[in-house]
Amino acid sequence: MKLKRTIRIFKLSFRALTRNKMRTALTMLGIIIGVGAVIAMVSIGAGARQGVEAKFNAMGTNNLTVSSGSRMTGGAQSGTGTIPLKLEVVQLILDRCPSVAFASPVYQTRNQVIFENKNWNTLIQGVNEDFDIIGNWTLDSTYAGRFFEQAEVDSGATVCVLGADTVTNLFPGSDPIGQIIRVRDVPFTVIGVLKAKGQSGGPGGSRDDMILAPYTAVLERLLGGGTLTLNSIQISAVDEESTDSAMNEVTELMREYNKLEPGASDNFTVRNMADIAESAADSTNILTVLLGSIASISLLVGGIGIMNIMLVSVSERIREIGIRMAIGAQKIDILVQFLFEAVVLSVVGGILGILLGFGTSKLLHYIPMFATITTIVSTGSVLLAFGFSAFVGIFFGYYPASKAAHMDPIEALRYE
Amino acid sequence: MNPVLIRLDNIVRTYHIGEVDVRALRGITYNVLRGDFVAIMGPSGSGKSTLMNILGCLDRPTSGTYFLDDQAVSGLSDKSLATLRNTRIGFVFQSFNLLKRTSARENVELPMLYADVSGKQSRERALKALKLVGLEGRETHNTNQLSGGEQQRVAIARSLVNNPSLIMADEPTGNLDSKMSEDVMKIFLDMNREKKITIILVTHEPDIAAYANRVIHVKDGLINREDVKLDIGQGGTR
Ligand SMILES: Nc1ncnc2c1ncn2[C@@H]1O[C@H](COP(=O)(O)OP(=O)(O)OP(=O)(O)O)[C@@H](O)[C@H]1O
Ligand SMILES: [Mg+2]
Repeated sequence: MKLKRTIRIFKLSFRALTRNKMRTALTMLGIIIGVGAVIAMVSIGAGARQGVEAKFNAMGTNNLTVSSGSRMTGGAQSGTGTIPLKLEVVQLILDRCPSVAFASPVYQTRNQVIFENKNWNTLIQGVNEDFDIIGNWTLDSTYAGRFFEQAEVDSGATVCVLGADTVTNLFPGSDPIGQIIRVRDVPFTVIGVLKAKGQSGGPGGSRDDMILAPYTAVLERLLGGGTLTLNSIQISAVDEESTDSAMNEVTELMREYNKLEPGASDNFTVRNMADIAESAADSTNILTVLLGSIASISLLVGGIGIMNIMLVSVSERIREIGIRMAIGAQKIDILVQFLFEAVVLSVVGGILGILLGFGTSKLLHYIPMFATITTIVSTGSVLLAFGFSAFVGIFFGYYPASKAAHMDPIEALRYE
Repeated sequence: MNPVLIRLDNIVRTYHIGEVDVRALRGITYNVLRGDFVAIMGPSGSGKSTLMNILGCLDRPTSGTYFLDDQAVSGLSDKSLATLRNTRIGFVFQSFNLLKRTSARENVELPMLYADVSGKQSRERALKALKLVGLEGRETHNTNQLSGGEQQRVAIARSLVNNPSLIMADEPTGNLDSKMSEDVMKIFLDMNREKKITIILVTHEPDIAAYANRVIHVKDGLINREDVKLDIGQGGTR
């Protein structure tokens, strides 16, 4: 009984909206743009997050990085009690940590690299023969290359494997395999090329712009030999599940090696790649929230548009309200009639806005300026935007509707 | 059934405008019998419309009691008053008060929306009521396409559809010429005689008041005099 009345009142509301088509369309436009903007903006943020996650996953999630110095917020390392990372630790880790599969020392040096008349400044990393497995690197099969072997590491052979970007810069259009490049007048023979991984999410640019060489060669020929401090140790756990236990084992070993008292804080850092990936992805959440909030403001403005038009609609129809009340409409009937109008505006606007947002995020990369942006429309953001728009309709529609419902029938009937 | 439909006991209505109190009704005591036809006359500003609003349950008296069908109206909630207006009372106004850009039929169906009458039944009853007031064939016309007399007949049809026991008409012929007025009054007379609907109407014209069984004269918020048609017998004043 009551439901039927509600349905019939809903029809009244709907008819009032179709009567003023232009006004209805313009009011809806505010909501359409608001919802569309929220969905499109959030999809950009979500796309950025997914991109970052994918890149980190390419590095391998069962990886650990040991570096000297305690972990500090903002990436700074504290100087107090920092103990240099020594080469012998790598062997200790391999011997005494059962969850660790591979470990490689890393020496880094940035140098000018010369091939024939070409010059390129890049990062040279001295690593061992397992580094390709640890870092999830594969060889580019278009070249007949290979990674260096243990014998070459042991003997300090001056061979190297090039990152994809380095190849592009030093060997545009030619095969680097077997060629000799010079770093500080030391000749290195190119024996392999790595497959590109793409732009890294963090600072430092491309991870593909670097050269890998046996750490022995890098230490002796480029860094001057001796017991130089390692930049880091790269470790991979036996499998993804044992990453945590590997982390504990390595931490225990490092504390013992550095002779730390129980309770003293670590003077080294063991970081899990998955954690780094997570925190980098989290930073994109800030972007999402920021974009989403800006877009939400337009949704709010759309809501104010609804309120404005509903107030106009109520004051235009005071006489009608009086007539309805005189013949027996209750306050709630009038309230519902006007509230429905606002809700139809916002809900229909919301649905069209979802389509707009969806379309925008799908078509965005056809615009040259935004070609590199990836977007992901999540069900969550659609529901959120739609729910928010419905809420906006009820919130901003309530005041005009209740104003209508609380009119005095006599005053309303007398209104000209 | 109590033969008294309306019992008014010392009804006072005071409007407060700033510091000034306007006493529109200063103590009306009167009974209306079931099936009666009462005309209210009186000079402008004497309180006729104020009285009609109270009788029609659109307004509440400042003091005094009003019983409609043995029910004390003063104590009812807004919601109950709305239900009362919907089911027991029909309104006819001087300015018709029909919905614009809406067909005659839909205007007549309106009270039934709030009475939860089914769509099919509303339609049937609306068509029947329009036929009764002589508007057969005009059902789909929008109200602004109708003449004043026709509009007022739509309003009368609307006041009838929920089978009220009382019809309140405040100057129903005020905007009509004499021919139209006659048509409208004939319908009221039929309603009163055949359906035994109690009718209370306000008018300035003695010709119109002559249709009623009784004429009460209001002056300065008080009933001044009552004229009773001879063939009716003893009336309602106490
Ligand atoms: N809403 C109101 N606020 C203040 N005063 C009012 C209000 N309505 C009526 N009055 C006053 O109450 C008195 C009676 O008014 P009412 O409308 O009942 O007169 P009436 O007899 O219907 O007059 P008319 O024949 O001109 O329609 C008048 O003095 C009027 O000014
Ligand atoms: Mg009046």
